[in-house]
Amino acid sequence: MRAPDDAEIRVQGVSVDFPLYHGSARSLKKTVFAVASGRLGEDQRRRMVVQALRDIDIVLRSGDRLGLIGTNGAGKTTLLRTIAGIYEPTAGRVMVQGSLNALLDPMLGMNVELTGRENIMLRGLYNGFTKPEIAALEADVQSFAELGAFLDLPVRLYSSGMVVRLGFAMATAIRPQVLLMDEWFLAGDAQFMEKARARMASMVRGAEILVLSSHAPTAVLEWCTRVIWMDHGRVREDGPVEAVLERYLKSAA
Amino acid sequence: MDMIPDRELPRLPTSTLVVTADVAGLRRQHSAWTDVTEGVKLWRLALALGWLDVKLKYRGSMLGPFWLTISTAVWIAAMGGIYGRLFHMDLHAYLPFLALSLTLWTSVSGLVSEGCSTFTEAEASIRSLRMPFFVHALRVVVRTVIGFAHNIPVILAVFAIFSRWPGWAALGCLPGLLLWTLDAFAACLLLGAFCARFRDIPPIVGSIMQIVFFVTPIMWQPEQLGAGGWWLPLNPFDSLLEVVRAPLLGQVAGWNIWGLALLFSLLLCAPSWLLFARVRSRLAYWV
Repeated sequence: MRAPDDAEIRVQGVSVDFPLYHGSARSLKKTVFAVASGRLGEDQRRRMVVQALRDIDIVLRSGDRLGLIGTNGAGKTTLLRTIAGIYEPTAGRVMVQGSLNALLDPMLGMNVELTGRENIMLRGLYNGFTKPEIAALEADVQSFAELGAFLDLPVRLYSSGMVVRLGFAMATAIRPQVLLMDEWFLAGDAQFMEKARARMASMVRGAEILVLSSHAPTAVLEWCTRVIWMDHGRVREDGPVEAVLERYLKSAA
Repeated sequence: MDMIPDRELPRLPTSTLVVTADVAGLRRQHSAWTDVTEGVKLWRLALALGWLDVKLKYRGSMLGPFWLTISTAVWIAAMGGIYGRLFHMDLHAYLPFLALSLTLWTSVSGLVSEGCSTFTEAEASIRSLRMPFFVHALRVVVRTVIGFAHNIPVILAVFAIFSRWPGWAALGCLPGLLLWTLDAFAACLLLGAFCARFRDIPPIVGSIMQIVFFVTPIMWQPEQLGAGGWWLPLNPFDSLLEVVRAPLLGQVAGWNIWGLALLFSLLLCAPSWLLFARVRSRLAYWV
């Protein structure tokens, strides 16, 4: 029996189509003229879409650590974004039980014109934190990211290393039940990774479910207990880490 | 190492997220409504976003957002002087009208043009977090209200100089402001969604608003048109402006004005809602 507040992810029959808007489809003028000349119907039926995900079914329970592997464009990141609720599927259903934190890009949706401190505050407000909780978040990020006076300067003035440190500190300061992570997170200069490692390990251990997208087999070997091999938007293989990784690496070679 | 591995950090509240492909009409309405209510719950975030937008615009300047106040004051003084002389108007009656009309209009046209980028300007956060889309509309409205608040001293100054206090009748503007708030959300959702899909709308909206400025009683008063003003009720901005402006000038907006204002609001809100419910799930793909 699973407890009612245990984390769970159910992805049922999910497909995602990306509309492709090339230059002229973005233009109202062209669309209006197309309607006027009776070309729109044809246009709509022939609308260009990229089939990013096709009939994905995944169930993850508390304790699962899933690695998503596949080549670029296989749909790993799109699947993460769909589980995070950013892209709503064209067909199917996604259910995520438990608090969720998605670490998808190093910028984490930060506004580069705002200072680091302001971005931290916005993140806290987004999570519905109270004032003391935001203060705690700020203190934690401040001590970990070691930005010093830069914390009160706009993020656009940061070096790329500083941006990664801020993003990493912010992302790992909030502990979710469900952690979705893209591979950028495992990149970074060696010196920083040394320090970041313990902190990330503690967050990953704290999470009930981990979904890690990566094409670095080492990361998947280290963190995951199950691997899904994505290929052209479909699940090609789903199974234990070593077996799937071996076949994946063989096909890639 | 300054690492404290098991520090007490804020934990996220447990939640359940269910995202189903929107197909049926009723489900769309329901998802859109959930978006609005969840967005309202994040009002503190929307307030902070709106306030930071204003702060950012004037960051590094000494007076900050009070530049708004000053530029409005200069504009009204100059316009009042020139137009008063050109058209031989009684400044005592004209300037309070002008000050009020211009500041209200600045907010309205600002909202319309910024409403166009409601979703496109939030691209970074839309792509990296799930957030109710209504938060972005809330942010634009908050920003506009803060902008307007900075113009209030100018209105008060003009009223004081010409001692034209509206008295208690001014409270009559509250229902009008309520209607405006509703329309503002509708405009942001409608224009924001439209402009996310079609990128050539903002300039079109910009030029339309410029024309509207001249055909709406802002610089001139409706009485000046005389019998030639039969078309004025067809201009939605006329009645909508009047339901807020008339009480603030100590007058009463008649039922015919209110009827028109409500009619035009309905014509804005209904399509806006239908469009938002229809395309909400697509917005993340469009921005």
